[in-house]
Amino acid sequence: MSLTGTARSGPTARASGRSSTSRNRSLTIALFLLPALILYLLFVLWPVVQAARYSVYRWNGLGPLEDPVGMANYLRALADPVFRKALSNNLLIAGLSLLIQLPFALALALMVGRSLPGKTFFRTVFFLPYVLADVATAVMWRSIYNPQFGLINYLAKMFGLRPQAWLSDPDKAMYAIFAVITWKYFGYHLVLYMAGLQNIPKELEEAALIDGCSTWQRIRYVTLPLLGSTIRLSVFLSVLGSIQFFDLIWIMTGGGPSHATETMVTYLYKFGFQRYALGYGSAVAVILFVLSLFFSLAYQRFVMARDLEASGLARN
Amino acid sequence: MHASNAIRKRRVDVGTWLRVLICSLVALVVLVPLVSTAINGLKTHGQLMADPFGLPSPAHWSNYQSVLTNSRFWQQLKNSTIVTLATVGLTLLVGSMAAFVLARYEFAGRKFTFNLFILGMLFPTSVAMLPLYILIRQVGLIDSHWGVILPQVAFGLPVSILILRDYFRGIPVELEEAAVIDGCSPFTFFWRILLPLSRPALAAVAVLSMVGSWNAFLLPLLVLNDRDTWTLPLGVMQFQGQYTSDWALVMAFVTVSMLPAVIFFLLAERHLIAGLTAGSVKG
Repeated sequence: MSLTGTARSGPTARASGRSSTSRNRSLTIALFLLPALILYLLFVLWPVVQAARYSVYRWNGLGPLEDPVGMANYLRALADPVFRKALSNNLLIAGLSLLIQLPFALALALMVGRSLPGKTFFRTVFFLPYVLADVATAVMWRSIYNPQFGLINYLAKMFGLRPQAWLSDPDKAMYAIFAVITWKYFGYHLVLYMAGLQNIPKELEEAALIDGCSTWQRIRYVTLPLLGSTIRLSVFLSVLGSIQFFDLIWIMTGGGPSHATETMVTYLYKFGFQRYALGYGSAVAVILFVLSLFFSLAYQRFVMARDLEASGLARN
Repeated sequence: MHASNAIRKRRVDVGTWLRVLICSLVALVVLVPLVSTAINGLKTHGQLMADPFGLPSPAHWSNYQSVLTNSRFWQQLKNSTIVTLATVGLTLLVGSMAAFVLARYEFAGRKFTFNLFILGMLFPTSVAMLPLYILIRQVGLIDSHWGVILPQVAFGLPVSILILRDYFRGIPVELEEAAVIDGCSPFTFFWRILLPLSRPALAAVAVLSMVGSWNAFLLPLLVLNDRDTWTLPLGVMQFQGQYTSDWALVMAFVTVSMLPAVIFFLLAERHLIAGLTAGSVKG
């Protein structure tokens, strides 16, 4: 068997260092690794590098890159009130998610706990919106917010409130969208928290109970600290997701009315694909990238460092 | 003593029922939009305007009929299925091959290669979108399903490789040594022994890439211009734009378009939740 030893890892493989064996080994490694590497370099890394390159040109996507403008695209984006509005909307989504959506999901997870009757049913229902397509969800909610026949106005009238044009009122549209975001995504965080709760030894909570802790004390001093790594992870995912919102908003409002619900990606889409300002759009993409990279690295370095070591992710 | 225990027990029960009540209310808020959408699909436009919340009388099945006999809908369902199956299949194959080598072979540059893949988790898809579109146009994949499939696979690789590599590392080396002694080639070991043993990790990766691909919107929107190549999310978007004057029909279309995901979720809930939250190592 000429291939003997090729599949071994570690010292055995290195000990049997005949040249044909090691050639076979290299061939195996190359054959297994290359498809992934080629796809990844071509469709992920190369475009990201290209985005940085395009961002210093004025370019409509056709013909050669021949009009370098230095940092002008970046300066223009940062000075554009619409871009700033988009950025602040992304931050608003992130902030509201951290202040409302995640605490709501956490409170529900604590209520469902280990053994609430109907636990599996509740988990199924709460998670269901997460698996639906954003596009279908958005169309559905457009009908629910519809001023003429929408469910929300129907309920509002039932309670004696004035019907509103939720998605076409610049002051309300962003909050209306945030409600949909919460509806769709709270279940994901809830399931993360439930999985985290499952990992807390039951005995610890029982001990707290025997020691005379109130439910609130038990949650505050036993459950929440032990849930720390899960909470930190869900905050991380929530913020990164908030920076990249597109599908839901694009279908519900297209970034309107008058840019009230613009996000960085809807802004990027409008300039890059609708106005063919590819250089400018790329500068926006790079700004988005730098923001999420900066957040990722800082958060992992300062907030999640211990968690990563514990889970072995930082092994390499 | 006895009495206080009884009181305590009763108080616990009251607490339990209060929690059930709150959870039920939230469940209602989750379900009412979905159920009312499905019911509104059974109304005529006039019925919908007159009574958006009630049951239709008489029920008006022609909306659902016209969606289900719409050849565009079936075409889009087929396209979504093709794109999703190809994305999942390729992600599993290509991802597990790379993860296998990265988990179990020592070679120069292994750590670098792994970190290069993991770096991809820091790139939001939207950052690469403009150049990706240019690239896809240059290689002539506009209006081709491959123009959606290949980038989706590529963007799914980092998290897939992370999940699979971790799992492969946990499979004992002795098993591999025994297989080699029995005359297994690396490929046979990989295909016949390692992959069947790694079903939970493969299921997680499959679920992640399946849900992502089935619901994908931005990339198909850019790449697929020809109507005949559209996937379901593009179809839903177009349908609601075309029939803005007949919301009841749009509701029927939306309901039918959601059904495959809902049914699949109810059938494979445990796997779906496990897989989608396994993806939370992303980052």
